[in-house]
Amino acid sequence: MRRRDLTAGCGLLTEEDAMAPTPIAEQLAKNQKEISVAEFFERNKHVLGFDSPTRALITGVKEAVDNALDACEEAQVLPEVNVSLAYLGDSREEFVLSVEDNGPGIVKRQIPSIFGKLLYGSRFHAIRQSRGQQGIGISAAVLYGQLTTGQHAKVSSKIGDGHPVYSCDIFIDTKKNYPEIMNESLDHWEKPSGTRITVPMLGRYVKGRQSVYEYLRGTAIVNPHARITYTEPDGTHHVFERASDVMPRECVEIKPHPHGVEVGTVIKMTKGANNRYLSGFLQTEFSSMGSRTVTDVLKAAGLNKSDNPREMTLQQIRSLVEAFKKVKIMAPPTDCLSPIGETLVKRGLKKETEEISPEFIISCMRQPAVHSGSPFQIEVGMVYGGSLPRDGQVRILRFANRVPLIYQQGGCALTHSIEQIDWRRYGLDQRGGKGIPNGPAIFLVHIASTNIPFTNESKEAVADIPDVVGEIKLALRDCARRLQQHLKKKEKRAKTKQKFELITKVLPEIASKSAGMLGKPVPNLDHVITKIMDIVWIDDEIRYEKVQKAQPVEEERKPVRQMTFDELPEDAADAVVSSSGWITVSSIKVQNYTQKPQGFTIHALIPPEATLGRAEPVPSKVTPKKISWELPEIPSAKTLTIVFELAGLGKGDFDENEIYTEGINPLCVIGADNWEGGDTDVEVSVLGHQEEEIAKEELEDDLERASEKGSKEKATGGDE
Amino acid sequence: MVTKAVPKGDAVKRMGDIASKIYHDLASSEIPTLSLPARTKSNIEFNEMYRVWKYGNATTTRSAKSLDGAYMLLRTMHMADFIKSMIDQKKSSTLREMYYISEGWGLAKFGAQQESDSLAEDLEIMTLCMREEFKLRPEEDGARVIGNLTLEERTRKGDIMKIHCQEDVGDAGYSIPYNVEPEKLKIKSVDADFILAIETGGMFDRLAENGFDESHRSVLVHLKGQPARSTRRFIKRLNEESGLPVVVFTDGDPWSFRIFASVAYGAIKTAHISEYLATPAAQFLGITPSDIVNYDLPTDKLTDQDTRALQAELTDPRFADEFWRGEIELQLKMKKKSEQQALAKYGLDYVTDHYLPEKLAEMGVI
Repeated sequence: MRRRDLTAGCGLLTEEDAMAPTPIAEQLAKNQKEISVAEFFERNKHVLGFDSPTRALITGVKEAVDNALDACEEAQVLPEVNVSLAYLGDSREEFVLSVEDNGPGIVKRQIPSIFGKLLYGSRFHAIRQSRGQQGIGISAAVLYGQLTTGQHAKVSSKIGDGHPVYSCDIFIDTKKNYPEIMNESLDHWEKPSGTRITVPMLGRYVKGRQSVYEYLRGTAIVNPHARITYTEPDGTHHVFERASDVMPRECVEIKPHPHGVEVGTVIKMTKGANNRYLSGFLQTEFSSMGSRTVTDVLKAAGLNKSDNPREMTLQQIRSLVEAFKKVKIMAPPTDCLSPIGETLVKRGLKKETEEISPEFIISCMRQPAVHSGSPFQIEVGMVYGGSLPRDGQVRILRFANRVPLIYQQGGCALTHSIEQIDWRRYGLDQRGGKGIPNGPAIFLVHIASTNIPFTNESKEAVADIPDVVGEIKLALRDCARRLQQHLKKKEKRAKTKQKFELITKVLPEIASKSAGMLGKPVPNLDHVITKIMDIVWIDDEIRYEKVQKAQPVEEERKPVRQMTFDELPEDAADAVVSSSGWITVSSIKVQNYTQKPQGFTIHALIPPEATLGRAEPVPSKVTPKKISWELPEIPSAKTLTIVFELAGLGKGDFDENEIYTEGINPLCVIGADNWEGGDTDVEVSVLGHQEEEIAKEELEDDLERASEKGSKEKATGGDE
Repeated sequence: MVTKAVPKGDAVKRMGDIASKIYHDLASSEIPTLSLPARTKSNIEFNEMYRVWKYGNATTTRSAKSLDGAYMLLRTMHMADFIKSMIDQKKSSTLREMYYISEGWGLAKFGAQQESDSLAEDLEIMTLCMREEFKLRPEEDGARVIGNLTLEERTRKGDIMKIHCQEDVGDAGYSIPYNVEPEKLKIKSVDADFILAIETGGMFDRLAENGFDESHRSVLVHLKGQPARSTRRFIKRLNEESGLPVVVFTDGDPWSFRIFASVAYGAIKTAHISEYLATPAAQFLGITPSDIVNYDLPTDKLTDQDTRALQAELTDPRFADEFWRGEIELQLKMKKKSEQQALAKYGLDYVTDHYLPEKLAEMGVI
């Protein structure tokens, strides 16, 4: 099993490589042995993330937690990770870090290699999304601890029911780069399996943005399936509860994409080729290579499909790689990615920002895209309002493959993408229309990729790849537009709220007072009220009902969608019953405060993962993304209420209806936007429309920038 | 718009009219509204008949279409009802008392006394009744009078008391009551050459101490800053009934010019009853900005507020004549102002021995 991941191209050699049979490599290997591991470590502390005592603590936690989460996910167990930091004796500079998981455990013979050998890893060549992109692994933490405190790390592991807990101390012989096992013992644990690593290390404990606490909180947000607990050195105990009990999609391993390979990689691949024919080799060892593409590539490279890959010359390999670039090749498959998902990003943010009671949380997930042959996918989340400071900079949370990035914020493409957007158009303050905006908001940006393009080996910042930046900006703009809509709606409603005070409180008093003074009956106010309001008011309210599982009530809640939709997934009916156990009940109140009857259509957007239950009145149309009602004419001064239930969502996942009206003057509607999508499905129409809008905004921003640049150039030109 | 105060005793009916208007609007499914003349500087016009400034034809409409408008209507109704019941019960209250009583009006209560005072004035304008008929009176009394005149005042016990404003009063003079209408106060006899209205108490006391009322046969009236309605009404009656000229003596700053304007031309806030309160014959004596230069008086710098007030006066139709334009522009140019008491620079008697006689002679009053 894998305990530590080393990425392809990270520049470090594995043991296997060091023992490669070429004489040059052997010579190199001899030279390498001259350098002790300790010395290597000393020189590369910054690369490994142990350059300062503050950072060393975080890196130690990071490596151990990454391993714990990876282990649980591989075993398809919902992770339960307990982290604790304690002072080592009376010292305030030395700590004992302990991380325990409920993963499958590690067999005894593997323990020394995994925890005690630098550069030990499995699946070195695997191309898929994985956490272990950073640092060098848990063994580095063990070695750091040993070098700074002189004490040994301790590992305990249980591999299943009926097995004892095996514990041992690990001592790394820095001269031989070889782990030694000491103080072995057997013990008993209640839980069926798991692993605990305890490392003493030098460190400095700080609070704030770059702290162990914030690191774990970030980890909890992007790993909503994990339950993480954390005990601080002063004994404070934190629990980051699980926001979802669904395991993330397992990442499929993919073959390298032709656009992402270098000559060296291809040489290595041809050497180990099992296919005797080049065409077969290309089709099976690379992704996105169909037979037609193979033919095109071979033609462009001037190679023969029956060539034996093992016998290719360097020149031939070069022309093959050249041909890869010339020929149009399909994007790599994207099932190697495991994004968090819109709902879970929202849920994770909601759970971890509860204490600031934000007024609005939104998330957006882009479709997968490709940079230099590696698929990647962008997710963005925004938290707005509540007790967040109104005048400070927006807080940025950066993540790569579900791992928080907490250093080098200023040098990272995730930050740069935010800085390049003119946020003023979305209602946030921003000096000069660039840079990090100000406002009561938190922005989350997550990039998932088989190969995160980091700026350097410390792997704290993502490089400015245009395709990546472009995708992030699209996702940010999408969220920003919804945020802006929310703010506008809020403002409009606040104004209308005044009118409600008028018609519900003040006007009746005026009526009764005047009637009282004259000794006459109080007149009916309905028509005066419609004259004052002169709008259709749409108000929605959402509440959550806990579902008692396996109750006959479910029979009545037969999904309406099944009657209208054939392409419904088969388990949808089950989803109503067996999902999170919450029913989201929306009531949309439509009050006609105009002077004439109003009949029009209402569209309510619903999350794709939701299943529609009871709906009253019966909708005239239901698609996976929206419900529509052609309302009967509502007489002046009357109200109609629409109620519908959604299943398959957690409590609070869906907390604001997006309501649209069609067939009524939008100026006299408050609480809903005008439907501009026509009668087609929302996905095509609304999103298409949005993309167009976003593209327009993008263009405007670019033009602005271009003109600024132009004027700057002019200025310098003048100087010259 | 020529407004004429309605016959006395009509106030109760007028209050009912307001309720009827609102009720009728509601009963006929209209949004209730009330209209009244716009109480702004741009809506005052010179009334040839009374020779005072009164409201023009521009009106503002309070409508229940907006929340603020609806609150105004509700408050108006409550105040009308309150005034009605006060008249019925033959009581009176101060404006401040009414403000506190409004605490019990639920939604209709006021945020500040200024709001309720202003609404009481609105009611006067809407009903063409005077505040005194509403049995509402201001907090402050009318100011003081010293001079050779005899008044008859009906006391609260109903007796008639004869008062000579030199012999029957102390150094503080006769105190003008809040009601100076003939049923309360009669002017029996006056033996003087002119009426001198004085802005500050300090200067009033100086003139009284120096015996200016006797030495120059004058009636001294203390304005006490921006004069109360009763003070203005008293000056008007004295002027009309005795035929004596009125001169106004104030500090030399923009606020004092407005005091003069409200005495002579009519105040913007009470333009609906200017013909009752303003004395068109009143003349401004000083301190003028020219006096500051001519008498080389000690000065203070104009504040930003002073400057803004002067600039506003340049667009005020009441100041649109050559004299005021010249003086206001002069003051804006020199950026200085002086108080009445700055004359003490030349000694305590200077004002009575030199300044006033010189100015009064210049104006042809003596």
